[in-house]
Amino acid sequence: MSNEAVVHAHGAVAAHEVHGDHHHEHHHHETFISKYVFSQDHKMIAKQFLITGMVWAVLGGLMSVLFRLQLGYPDATFPWLEDILGKWAKGGRITPEAYYALVTTHGTVLVFFVLTAGLSGTFANFLIPLQIGARDMASPFMNMLSYWFFFAASIVMLSSMFVETGPFSGGWTAYPPLSALGDASPGSKTGMDLWLISMALFVVSSLLGGLNYIATVLNMRTKGMSMTRLPLTIWALFFTAVLGVLSFPVLFSGFILLIFDRNFGTSFYLSDIFINGVGALPNEGGSAILYQHLFWFLGHPEVYIILLPAMGMVSEILSINSRKPIFGYIAMIGSIFAITVLAFLVWAHHMFVTGLNPFLGSIFVLLTLLIAVPSAIKVFNWLTTLWRGNIRFTPAMMFAIGFVSLFISGGLTGIWLGNSALDIHLHDTYFVIAHFHIVMGVASMFGMFAGIYHWFPKMYARYLNNTMGYIHFWVTIAGAYLIFWPMHYQGLAGMPRRYYDYSIWESFKQFAELNRFISTVAMIVFAVQLLFLFNFFYSIFKGRKVTKQNPWDATTLEWTAPIHPGHGNWEGEIPEVHRWAYDYGKDGKDFIPQTTPVGADESHH
Amino acid sequence: MSTTTTATTGKLWGGGKSPFNVEYGKLMMWYFLMSDAFTFGAFLISYGTIRFSTNGWPDPNEVFRSFPFAPEGVHAPLVFVSIMTFILIISSVTMVLAVHAGHKMDKKGVVRNLIWTIIGGLAFLGCQAWEWTHLFHEGAWWGSNPFLNADGTASSTNFTNYFFTITGFHGFHVFSGVVINIVMLIMTLMDKFEQRGHYLMIEKAGLYWHFVDLVWVFVFTCFYLL
Repeated sequence: MSNEAVVHAHGAVAAHEVHGDHHHEHHHHETFISKYVFSQDHKMIAKQFLITGMVWAVLGGLMSVLFRLQLGYPDATFPWLEDILGKWAKGGRITPEAYYALVTTHGTVLVFFVLTAGLSGTFANFLIPLQIGARDMASPFMNMLSYWFFFAASIVMLSSMFVETGPFSGGWTAYPPLSALGDASPGSKTGMDLWLISMALFVVSSLLGGLNYIATVLNMRTKGMSMTRLPLTIWALFFTAVLGVLSFPVLFSGFILLIFDRNFGTSFYLSDIFINGVGALPNEGGSAILYQHLFWFLGHPEVYIILLPAMGMVSEILSINSRKPIFGYIAMIGSIFAITVLAFLVWAHHMFVTGLNPFLGSIFVLLTLLIAVPSAIKVFNWLTTLWRGNIRFTPAMMFAIGFVSLFISGGLTGIWLGNSALDIHLHDTYFVIAHFHIVMGVASMFGMFAGIYHWFPKMYARYLNNTMGYIHFWVTIAGAYLIFWPMHYQGLAGMPRRYYDYSIWESFKQFAELNRFISTVAMIVFAVQLLFLFNFFYSIFKGRKVTKQNPWDATTLEWTAPIHPGHGNWEGEIPEVHRWAYDYGKDGKDFIPQTTPVGADESHH
Repeated sequence: MSTTTTATTGKLWGGGKSPFNVEYGKLMMWYFLMSDAFTFGAFLISYGTIRFSTNGWPDPNEVFRSFPFAPEGVHAPLVFVSIMTFILIISSVTMVLAVHAGHKMDKKGVVRNLIWTIIGGLAFLGCQAWEWTHLFHEGAWWGSNPFLNADGTASSTNFTNYFFTITGFHGFHVFSGVVINIVMLIMTLMDKFEQRGHYLMIEKAGLYWHFVDLVWVFVFTCFYLL
């Protein structure tokens, strides 16, 4: 039996099972449970990821407000804090244990739950089938499982905040020995066990999702949709999935060894340890540095897992709203690919000061600085896409331009940190916090906001309110720079990360007012995110209705689907693709959809 | 059918050229195996890192020298594990035969060879259980290592820590493979694949089974030979 025939035979059965025969005539009867809870429709799963991610973004953001309160007002007491946090804020002041727990959970939640699951979970699910012209994911069932594993991870993480000894408090990287020894700190007990369970569930979720995204992009494209006709969003989400599938398993191995160290008396990461009040431990022969290698082998690709989807969506939104083709389409794909490869080869730049061999360090410096090349290609392509464009400043476009701004600002400081010699001074200071928050934290949030503003009409058939969108944008971008720009100076002055109270250090007393300023701005920015949240939920029900099938005059396939697409996306046949996704301003036409056949007299691009 | 494909072609995938000319499930299996290879790779590299930063290490010829039902004090280095390895490799051969029979739509052949593969997998797991029990009775377990280094000095527990963790993780994979094969056997007996017109699932289970065998080659090399 030929492979071709097998592809055919199996596919026919699968397609039949998934989509039913008559879905364009009437939808099969769906209950509340099958439509909104255990849905296998990629669009609903995307919304589930988005809203769960938003819940986590609010919780994670609130945590940052709480610990910024401590940093901005180290001597003040706030009785209401004791009301909400109980023993974790005795007398109205956050305890050191609670402070570390907040910092740790803020990091874990924002990196994994918001900017990994919330970002690529939402947009890979939503955009891949719609933009490649597929009825749904390759395996809608695995897709559903992917969300529910994420949901389970969320529940376990949430429950860790309510155990008596508190959630894990050893930093989001969970370095041993703090993460390996229950006696090391209160958060290292049950909180750490729950953290590990939650993260293991999360790895399963991301694996199920990632395999699905890869298979869908490679195998489910509609007729005519060759790989080089794909919108850049799809390229970015595809490589994001590849990064996740190849890096999370290494973290998983690291976690398994950690679980054995915690519970079964092994010494993978432990050697010659003395704990105050417990005494010397028998563990011998392990290496805490080993965990760091395993962690950062995921940890560095992880920042690109966070960043690439934002880059893809920004490319798409910039092109649409400049009414110009994306500049350097193939170069964009090439640079995403280069970033994906390099992402696996730079992890040790997080470990320059661990005693890493300086010669090895210099190789990692070289590879790290090499990332500047594809990054710069992308930045210049975005700028040249904007250049002399007929720009429409929609809220999505504002956030996309904001992303480019933040990526430049944050990327430049990456060149500092990538140097192993400079890193001796800058390592573990506020400079690092400033760098990664701007370049990957806030920038990716901007990519996510851009995506939400842009595709909200497709998700809910209503628009978000523009006025609130502009307020949201301006306050957030000004706030982002006001919060993180000063941190560069603090870091250069040597102010270390993760300290509870800087006012007792003579050298950092000078920053008391600056810290208070940063904390104040952080609260304002958080408040504006609540405005966005209001806008989001208000607009789902009361927003201006979408009346045009293609409200942004875009070329891609999702805008050829009905305003309210059912499960299966297109009524009747799937559209056929005849051209790339970026025919804007061609031959005197504002835009030509991908479904329009190439005319006889059309010029080549 | 007409709603799920672009109208003109009769194939599911109407998008011109499928990059690998495989259906999506097989593609997913390959990517999963790549992912799993990274998991094992991380384990084995961790093992190598720790071993080479440690001064001494036990001699596998001394540790793995016993044999079931052998008289006390018998010295048969690596004989038992060689048999285990042989069993696993033979089970890979029978898996190939099952896949091959599937290609020819030969249900009997699939059933017969799947049963042999399952028996091979169970035999391997049985051998591993015996070896673990034996080592446990000698005092070896996670966190305790009764064996001396090859040069006679005291050894760190990481020899047993890694041995039990990695062979255990591999054994778990063999176990999952046996479960998958049993499910495949049941589905074959229920004529599921005859109805579908192809034995593609057997092929995917075969990919997994060969992968598990391949990993054992590396695990075997790292713990028993080096």
